[in-house]
Amino acid sequence: MPASSVNLPLFPRLHALALRGVPLAPLSLALTGFARRIALRHPAMFRRLGDYAKARFVLDPTDLPVSMLLEPLAGRPRVQLSRRALQGDARIAGPLSGLLGLVHGAFDGDALFFSRDLVIEGDTAAVLALRNAIDDAELDLSAEAQAMSGPFAGPVKWLIAQAEARTGVALTRHEEDTDW
Amino acid sequence: MMEIVCPAGTPASLRAAVKAGAHTVYCGFADETNARNFPGLNFDRQEMREGVAFAHDHGAKVLIAINTFPRAGAEALWYSAIADAERAGADAVIVADLGLLAHAARHHPGLRRHLSVQAAAANADVINFYGREFGVKRVVLPRVLSVPEIAAIKADTAVEIEVFVFGGLCVMAEGRCSLSSYATGKSPNMNGVCSPATHVEYHDDWGALSAKLGGYTIHRVGAGEPAPYPTLCKGCFTAGETTGHLFEDPVSLNAEALIPQLAKAGVTALKIEGRQRSRSYVAQVVRNFRAAVDAHAAGLPMPQGMLASLTEGQAATAGAYKKTWR
Repeated sequence: MPASSVNLPLFPRLHALALRGVPLAPLSLALTGFARRIALRHPAMFRRLGDYAKARFVLDPTDLPVSMLLEPLAGRPRVQLSRRALQGDARIAGPLSGLLGLVHGAFDGDALFFSRDLVIEGDTAAVLALRNAIDDAELDLSAEAQAMSGPFAGPVKWLIAQAEARTGVALTRHEEDTDW
Repeated sequence: MMEIVCPAGTPASLRAAVKAGAHTVYCGFADETNARNFPGLNFDRQEMREGVAFAHDHGAKVLIAINTFPRAGAEALWYSAIADAERAGADAVIVADLGLLAHAARHHPGLRRHLSVQAAAANADVINFYGREFGVKRVVLPRVLSVPEIAAIKADTAVEIEVFVFGGLCVMAEGRCSLSSYATGKSPNMNGVCSPATHVEYHDDWGALSAKLGGYTIHRVGAGEPAPYPTLCKGCFTAGETTGHLFEDPVSLNAEALIPQLAKAGVTALKIEGRQRSRSYVAQVVRNFRAAVDAHAAGLPMPQGMLASLTEGQAATAGAYKKTWR
């Protein structure tokens, strides 16, 4: 029986090509700073990682020409981008919209895995711990970016909304309905 | 109205379940006292107190699963879990072990006791024994009974009946299955984990996906087929000249359509499996089942479910409720 895909939007190819010319070292530094700010605001996320707080996670957006090594380092996270294959304890691969959708609670990780939209390799327990820790943190990357932008929060919000509209990638947290 | 009992592996999932319409949420402490002792999952004591307070503020109840079997010499861990559940304000504890039930009844008489599915109580005599001797108010039935069998049990007991209606399907005599131990050394009964992720590996070989447990290949699927989790009872094996899912197909339970029959059989509460799943799963499933029980209570037709994509193997079954065994 064929798997029923979740129909995740793919990052536009032209935008992805543009990333080929971007210098990755400053971008890695910026993302490390962003991750450390999130760590300060969500310390419980790192406690929840438990034995896997020092694991090395390769996050591989399959529709982008770069992948990311994320090291939680027990609350002092480090992010490294690379155009080459990265080595880590576990690898999670899938379209960027799927990976960010997991962060924002828009998708269920198991469902994306069953449908083969998401591929995991390496230490499965580490992947589960990361998934559970992030899911519990109820992150909103857009709100985090605005919070660290000071007087530029308004323009940053506008830019994120534009990027969301152009790429179809959920950059803000999915709010649950409150019907009851 | 029938009560929906919903899973929460994290505080965020608890809040998602309550907001999505759960009448009751069940969860566990972050240790081996509960049968979902997975990495990154469950509640510390403070999170449990806050979770119970949040649920109560929104009119929902919280049940705490302390449903593994205490290890000899380590009973204090399970005793403290019972005491901390009462201190946190839990509406009930879900327990499987006879000794732990006796301890809870003796030392925490005001704390409501439910019998876990792990106790595998599957007839009225044994359920009445638990009710009489330990004051058990509700039993979670194992997933091996048909609807007429459930009705027969309810006809002979005053203990409330809770049944699983959605999620992972366990086809063994629950609480007595040690299959996982043979491949990993760990079982749901003693360690709170069946086919633990620490022993799971996936290998992608040009699109074909092999799922291994403890080094053994349990399942292998072609490119584009739904990915399996390597649970031994749902593995693909060769025996003699037959190759296939000899115990059970990798499918999930969905008894949504049977809600009217289960209500008629005297079932009090409908349980959703999935404490190991995300808050997105919890919210979707709870919203769906809340709509279904509300429709049933109002005498309206059952709404069409939209949950297929969330199920293991992307396929669902009514399980033993409608027995069609091979």
